[in-house]
Amino acid sequence: MKYVDEFRDPDKARKAQQQIHRLAERIMQCRSGPLLLMEFCGGHTHTIFRYGIEQLLPEAIELVHGPGCPVCVLPRGRVDDALALAQRPEVIFTTFGDAMRVPGSRQSLLQAKTDGADIRMLYSPLDALKLARENPQREVIFFALGFETTMPSTALTVLQAEREGIENFSLFCNHITTAPTIEAILNDPDMKLDGFLAPGHVSMVIGEAPFAFVAERFAKPLVITGFEPLDILQSLAMLLQQILEGRSEVENQYRRVVQKQGNHPGQQAMAKVFQRNDRTELRGLGSIDHSGVRISDPYARFDAERKFPLPGVTVSDPAGCRCGDVLKGLIRPWQCPKFAESCTPQQPLGALMVSSEGACAAYHQYADVQTLKIKRQQASVADPGAH
Amino acid sequence: MSDIITLAHGSGGKAMDELIRSLFLTTFANPQLAQMEDQARFDLATLQQQGDRLAFTTDSYVVDPLFFPGGDIGKLAVTGTVNDLAVGGARPLYLSCGFIIEEGLPIATLKAVVESMQATAREADVVIVTGDTKVVPRGGCDKLFINTAGVGVIAAGIDLSIQTARPGDLILLNGYLGDHGAAIVDARGDLALQNTIASDCQPLQGLVNSMLECCPQIRCMRDATRGGLATVLYEFAQASACTMEVEESRLPVRDEVRGMCEILGLDPLYLANEGKLVAVVPEAAATELLQVMRAHPAGRHSAIIGRVSQASRPGVLLTTGFGSQRLIDRLTGEQLPRIC
Repeated sequence: MKYVDEFRDPDKARKAQQQIHRLAERIMQCRSGPLLLMEFCGGHTHTIFRYGIEQLLPEAIELVHGPGCPVCVLPRGRVDDALALAQRPEVIFTTFGDAMRVPGSRQSLLQAKTDGADIRMLYSPLDALKLARENPQREVIFFALGFETTMPSTALTVLQAEREGIENFSLFCNHITTAPTIEAILNDPDMKLDGFLAPGHVSMVIGEAPFAFVAERFAKPLVITGFEPLDILQSLAMLLQQILEGRSEVENQYRRVVQKQGNHPGQQAMAKVFQRNDRTELRGLGSIDHSGVRISDPYARFDAERKFPLPGVTVSDPAGCRCGDVLKGLIRPWQCPKFAESCTPQQPLGALMVSSEGACAAYHQYADVQTLKIKRQQASVADPGAH
Repeated sequence: MSDIITLAHGSGGKAMDELIRSLFLTTFANPQLAQMEDQARFDLATLQQQGDRLAFTTDSYVVDPLFFPGGDIGKLAVTGTVNDLAVGGARPLYLSCGFIIEEGLPIATLKAVVESMQATAREADVVIVTGDTKVVPRGGCDKLFINTAGVGVIAAGIDLSIQTARPGDLILLNGYLGDHGAAIVDARGDLALQNTIASDCQPLQGLVNSMLECCPQIRCMRDATRGGLATVLYEFAQASACTMEVEESRLPVRDEVRGMCEILGLDPLYLANEGKLVAVVPEAAATELLQVMRAHPAGRHSAIIGRVSQASRPGVLLTTGFGSQRLIDRLTGEQLPRIC
């Protein structure tokens, strides 16, 4: 634990905080309006809330909590498809824990489990393969979720299944990739972001190069960031330094983990097992070109979507949900009229209330909900025309 | 006698009688049970000598696996109910126990559980005076469920209430957080961690007794079981209309428990404990009380973890080791491991 504690040192935090305040002050001398900085990854969002990092920042900095929580952006129609698979009597449906509560159009995996579906929570896809070995008469399906952080382990599990000749194992593939998702945000005409904290663990796999377009084509600074609170503060200071100097570059704060080229064996396994989809729907963001992947043709026999019929129905988000606007930084979570009203962690309506890494769920858990509601009411009295 | 529990053991006939005599009566051996009546009977005058109020509580115990490092379902069933009485300021005296058994359970397993219950009851100075056994068909329950109810007596002058915390009071905790919750995750074996984490499952009536002797003006006390420390502090805050301010750096958490929480994205504040209590006491009494707690085997790692303050809106405020503050809410459902 010593290794972790070094990155939570309050004295170092104070120094980083002072540096951020100094930099922000200098930047604000020659601009108006807040600096909008997006942390893309749900893991960063979690750290920011858990350690109260927003309190340490000057008012001029607004953190925008991006779509990098794979559970949050899972479309409801895909959850329905997962449920259809899980409810087949021959299937043992396996998943990471945080997907259990994600609501489909009618129910979640947790509710389906209560109704009798054989759904099991795992910590690794290799555990699903073990289940397949132990239950040769059943079909074991793994709910493959996540950005490039979890993709290599899924890919390696498929390769292992192939080596062992295991036929009763398949993936329900919902992996998505980071760079096209960031690109979609940058292409949005409403976008006002000034810089990005890029996901450290994704970068550990894919390296620095896939983010170059952010700096080159969109002229936005980007810093690859670790997950401890000091990592976040240091990266924010690095972003501000770039903004102050008018630079837009890809910088790597998380050098202790991320190498420039990423992880080759991981990339190779991914390239073998997955191929890009033309378009993939992300909840709250709509359809994004080349964001999602599916299982490549040579591994089709491990694709649950090709093994079993699926409803495959697209289900739109409930009316009035403004998840997309929150994800793009146009409004804060509490400014959505559904927040803490009809949309709560107990009964999530929108994507961002679903997982503890979602921006709205984090606000709901860690902020003073009553104060936020009052703030929203006051804002709507002051500006009744605003949505 | 067969090696496994069958439906016959719950039928009210000979097999059940044999099970009761050979296992429960001999293990729990005490005069009330030996009367073989349908109810335990107590002399009121004797109870009245010990206090002026009766405390009565019940809890049911379901745990998978039945045996885990640091305890088992039997030990849990005794300590849980004893602790619920003790943190109300009662001296626990008598327990009932109800067993719901899935047919096919090895009798050796049941025997080990019953013996563990008796050993724990002796340690906690309580007597198991009445009981019941039901057997359900396979699949009707998971191996073994136990319910215990407990009766205790509250001495005159002791009046603990969660509504009485006041600004300026200090918050005390009797040791490491989250050991039980972490031990259960570990014992399920899915993680294959190197370190074994033992449950903190222990009776607290001795510790509570010493605490009340030293400091009868203790205001609130609760055991932090399901929902962990966070939930107890939340309840104190709501009931007393105060803010409970705790400091992360003062919270005792073992390295192996912290490690597991880091891996799984769990929060030790919400992990279950089975031998931990939280007390709110006037500041003037806190230092001496802390010494008394640390001198007791069940409180060796006790700590002052925070302070009660005035609240515009009652709640729990954590000062992180990082120097920032965040609100602590109750959990929404179960804590689920995160993937990234």
